[in-house]
Amino acid sequence: MIVAKRKPFEDIKNMLKDYKKVLNIGCGTCVAVCLAGGEKEVDVLTAELDMARKMEDNPLEIGKFTVERQCDREYLEALDSVVGNYEALLSMACGAGIQFLAERYPEKPVFPAVDTTFIGINQGVGWYEERCRSCGSCVLGMTGGICPVTMCAKGLYNGPCGGTNKGSCEINKDQPCAWFMIYERLSKQGRLNLIMDVVPPQDWRNQTPRTVIQPGYKKNEVA
Amino acid sequence: MEELKAGSNLEKVLRAGHFAFTGELGPPRGANAEEVRKKAAFLKGNVDAVNITDNQTAMVRMASWAASLLLIQEGLEPNFQMVCRDRNRLAMQSDILGAYAHGIRNMLCLSGDHQQFGDHPQAMGVFDIDSMQLIQMVKKMRDEKKFLSGADLDEAPKLFIGAAANPFAEPFEWRVHRLAKKINAGVDFIQTQCIYNMDKFREWIRRSNDMGLTEKAYILAGVTPLKSVGMAKYMQGKVPGMDVPDAVIKRLQGVDKKKVAEEGIKFACEQIEEFKEMKGVAGVHLMAIEWEHKVPEIAEQAKVLPRPKVD
Repeated sequence: MIVAKRKPFEDIKNMLKDYKKVLNIGCGTCVAVCLAGGEKEVDVLTAELDMARKMEDNPLEIGKFTVERQCDREYLEALDSVVGNYEALLSMACGAGIQFLAERYPEKPVFPAVDTTFIGINQGVGWYEERCRSCGSCVLGMTGGICPVTMCAKGLYNGPCGGTNKGSCEINKDQPCAWFMIYERLSKQGRLNLIMDVVPPQDWRNQTPRTVIQPGYKKNEVA
Repeated sequence: MEELKAGSNLEKVLRAGHFAFTGELGPPRGANAEEVRKKAAFLKGNVDAVNITDNQTAMVRMASWAASLLLIQEGLEPNFQMVCRDRNRLAMQSDILGAYAHGIRNMLCLSGDHQQFGDHPQAMGVFDIDSMQLIQMVKKMRDEKKFLSGADLDEAPKLFIGAAANPFAEPFEWRVHRLAKKINAGVDFIQTQCIYNMDKFREWIRRSNDMGLTEKAYILAGVTPLKSVGMAKYMQGKVPGMDVPDAVIKRLQGVDKKKVAEEGIKFACEQIEEFKEMKGVAGVHLMAIEWEHKVPEIAEQAKVLPRPKVD
């Protein structure tokens, strides 16, 4: 899932200081699962903002609305009849959702309430770790299911570097060395042959905005 | 005899079968050309080539190529170092061409310490390509006269290609395979991590000999004389990838405080004596960190003078 983290409250409050009527929009998908921007978090932030502005004697008329997915036109449509009542929109979705919202309502100022952080996994309640940088050409088959781009601090394709430190990364003893783990796993699987040859330089395809059209589909006219 | 790949002094010395002795020089944290010249003066005549570090420990310093040019002006041969942290493949290739155009003939290809260690921890680490891929790229430019993209270049940079090897890092079994990978990528010579654990190094070189690797690339054993007990402990505890056995620290602790540095040099010279006889070791790379003025004395004591002249 996409993992996000709420921005500091003061930053959010400051972005909205010149507006009197704001709609806070949550997203029911990734950011809801990682406890950053779902319905519950929208409730909490909305109440906090309401309270803070009252105390500053600058009341804010703040509405709330959580859509199933802000990155999906079908779900954003539900906002069409509501948005007109507000001067500005606050979004608790990931960066993709925020942009899609801004694109749909180009006349409205849109503000991010969260920082989109990474594509990650759920290690425990409220505990998430990064696992994918969406580089666009997956090598996990060769590396024993451990991503060198994400998990190696230098993103090396031919590691480990000389800084590998008894299984840890040179940047931090608590950070495992990705290439140490790759070696260990492939060694146990008897597949070290996979990393004996030099991996050629990566064809970086994440340097410009990307589009995917699945086989059998085509680009539709935008509604 | 096979044609020289680059024709650098270092290559000629190694090719002629002499035991090579190379030095190291860290460029200054400023535009101070005099400091480079001052350090170079201690190395002149005492080493075959000088490795010029590239923003080592991720601290901004005078560019390696620029300090390398100062060394050429002073009549020394530089070994231009390049890390993958600070440049993408475009900048790397243009710097390689420029360095060669100005007379640089040796190049050391490294990953580079992570930027988090340095004075700009907020920097974006580039790592567009890694050290293995950098070796391949320089070889392709030199031998195939082609850029990494495959396009032709008009004059090949004839560089003697070096890389680093750490014989001590875990998993130990992987170390020789990693060396083999670097050799397959196209490396001509290897500078090892500073050696203190001689037992482990002997085992690493034995395995390298068994795999025939030491016949395919020249191995320069890395030696850094210990100046103090504090330095030894720092290396042991704080420098990733370094292996300093307790026995070495005990040895330094066992002498009079005023004689620790002397003992450190004595240990280094004993190592060098052993490397001279060790099968598979083609020379020593002396990294006298901020101790360049001691190099003449160390070279004398290690009996590596005078340095050979090979035409």
